[in-house]
Amino acid sequence: MKDLVKKLSESFGPSGSEDQIRQIIRSEVEQYADEVRVDSMGSLICRVAPKAAAPGAAAKRIMVDAHMDEIGIVVSYIDDKGFLRFSPVGGLNPHVLLGQRVVFGNGVVGVFGTEKLDDIKDLKFDKMFIDIGARDRAEAQAKVRVGDAAVMLASFADMGCRVSGKAMDDRIACAVVIEAMRRSRPKLHEVYYVFAVQEELGLRGARTAAYGINPDVGIAVDVTLWGDTPEHAPFNVSLGGGAAIKAKDSSLIAHPAVKNLMIDTAEKNGIPYQLEVLERGGTDAGAIALTREGVPSGTISIPCRYVHTPAEMVDMGDVDACVRLLAAMVEELASPAGGGIL
Amino acid sequence: MLLAKLSEAGGISGQEAEVRQLIRSEITPYVDEIKIDPIGNLIALKRGRKGAEGKRVMLAAHMDEVGLMVVGINSDGLLHLAASGGVDPRVLVSKLVYVGADHRPGVIGSKPIHLLKAADMDRSTDMDSLYVDIGAKNKEDAEKLVKLGDQIIFATKCEPLGEGFLKGKAMDDRVGCYAIIEALRKQHDFDLYGAFTVQEEVGLRGAGVAAYQVKPDLALVLEGTTAHDVTETPEHGRSTVPGQGPAIVYRDSSWVGDPRIVDRLIETAETAGVPYQIKRTVTGGTDAGRIGPTESGVPVAVVSMPCRYIHSPVSVICADDLNNYVKLAGLFLDSLDERGLPV
Repeated sequence: MKDLVKKLSESFGPSGSEDQIRQIIRSEVEQYADEVRVDSMGSLICRVAPKAAAPGAAAKRIMVDAHMDEIGIVVSYIDDKGFLRFSPVGGLNPHVLLGQRVVFGNGVVGVFGTEKLDDIKDLKFDKMFIDIGARDRAEAQAKVRVGDAAVMLASFADMGCRVSGKAMDDRIACAVVIEAMRRSRPKLHEVYYVFAVQEELGLRGARTAAYGINPDVGIAVDVTLWGDTPEHAPFNVSLGGGAAIKAKDSSLIAHPAVKNLMIDTAEKNGIPYQLEVLERGGTDAGAIALTREGVPSGTISIPCRYVHTPAEMVDMGDVDACVRLLAAMVEELASPAGGGIL
Repeated sequence: MLLAKLSEAGGISGQEAEVRQLIRSEITPYVDEIKIDPIGNLIALKRGRKGAEGKRVMLAAHMDEVGLMVVGINSDGLLHLAASGGVDPRVLVSKLVYVGADHRPGVIGSKPIHLLKAADMDRSTDMDSLYVDIGAKNKEDAEKLVKLGDQIIFATKCEPLGEGFLKGKAMDDRVGCYAIIEALRKQHDFDLYGAFTVQEEVGLRGAGVAAYQVKPDLALVLEGTTAHDVTETPEHGRSTVPGQGPAIVYRDSSWVGDPRIVDRLIETAETAGVPYQIKRTVTGGTDAGRIGPTESGVPVAVVSMPCRYIHSPVSVICADDLNNYVKLAGLFLDSLDERGLPV
């Protein structure tokens, strides 16, 4: 599992440029899916057919989603000396970038520099630039183009029961979904495992994917914040506390039937869990829930420290709890009782 | 000149009737179908040579402009106003305006400098302290001439400026409307839809509704965008530069342009030797942000016309840019015939 997490964490896939990460995930999941397609926005959609057809009625559709994009930067201008100006892709704090390196899809590496600042508090993106070691504009333009996106260059660290790296948001969830896909085969109903694009720009890929799938129930898997480091704001989620079952965030109030099925399923299977109310932030479940006439949806969250930095940290015990909970949820929903929802 | 007529027509968000009628009468002779949908979008169809087997391509531009609206009439017959769309109150003082559908002249009043206190000089104007004087003696008189909710547009004549520039109001997005009117003249293999949308300036409201009806295989948004290339703006902060050609937008805050369409636009411009620029900033939203997420997703990108002093009573554009903007849109459509859709 750690090998998979390392591979996904270190892969390239800023929002809007998910080709590389999609290819990597595709090669991991193709063998478990009955059909794999890429929708017009670039989301990877894997359909898993049930072992047996649903008696009488047509099979219902269960959508499981993790987004494969990550935050990063995009080049907005190349000056005559070869320095790149950039804009953030997704929620980035300029202070996090100081001293960091980025890598483009073609392997070009850059470092961040800043204009002269009297007070570091004045640091803003438009006072920063990226130096790719080019001596002039022509040399820079031979390496990157305006509109090219880059991600943080950060290697994966295995710390034992915990691991750290870039893009745990949301590659750790991609790993959870891939692993759950390996472990479960639906008895009834179809399961659509979606690796969505452009979540960090406003839940965009999940919206169109959900329209295309037209699911009867939706589960997003994403990271959430933490409340257990020194002097941190109170938050009911700790690293090592198990899978977080979302009650609410700014994109979604979890459908009570989905949330309660998550709780009951965790209890029944002895899976450690914690309940989560996130004041700011959303997940793809918010977009899935509002598709067409509405889709009962919920989110399984993986507690993650230092979110949206190159050193996000998760607990492998939590990851395992999320895999078990997701696999068990799919089993419940795909059973004749349909988890009481289908 | 058609662009001048478009620029001078009134149409704040939700009150697009005048500009819509103008567009309708222009294109009626050469399009196959015109539909005005329930929220006021004008959707025109120029049928393709391949009939029902062909693809559907949609060009979109918004008809509405930023402006003001009457929200109150005081006892002296002066009109209170509110912004419709993003308008900086500091640009409004002492401007000539037209009120209502019949373009009734008005003046945004200001306090004479003789009466200003020292502290007033340092204070910027807010919307609540502004009013429009339409020459009414009192409230009763004013009520005969205007009613609450009436639009207030800038009384700006569109005309040439200096060497190869044009000035006028509402270039955002009448330039886009102009480009689509021109593009609809030509028949292609595919069905070409021109969507002239409503209410973009108050939250991209019309475009998604239009896209839902058209269900295009590919869409291109034609916009007007900022071009603050003046004085002390650093090079990288100059979103676009007038005179350097139409701006191809790879992403903005509302949408990531489909890279296949962006690449095709660049290839088209380079092959034909049409000057173009890549927009240097990613701020602002366009109708692409509503067209893109329609149903299962619509591949869409944006080409924008550089407009100085956008969202003010008067914008300045470069005439060469306008010609190249219209040309690039046309050549892009030709490339879809020659090379097929890139998506």
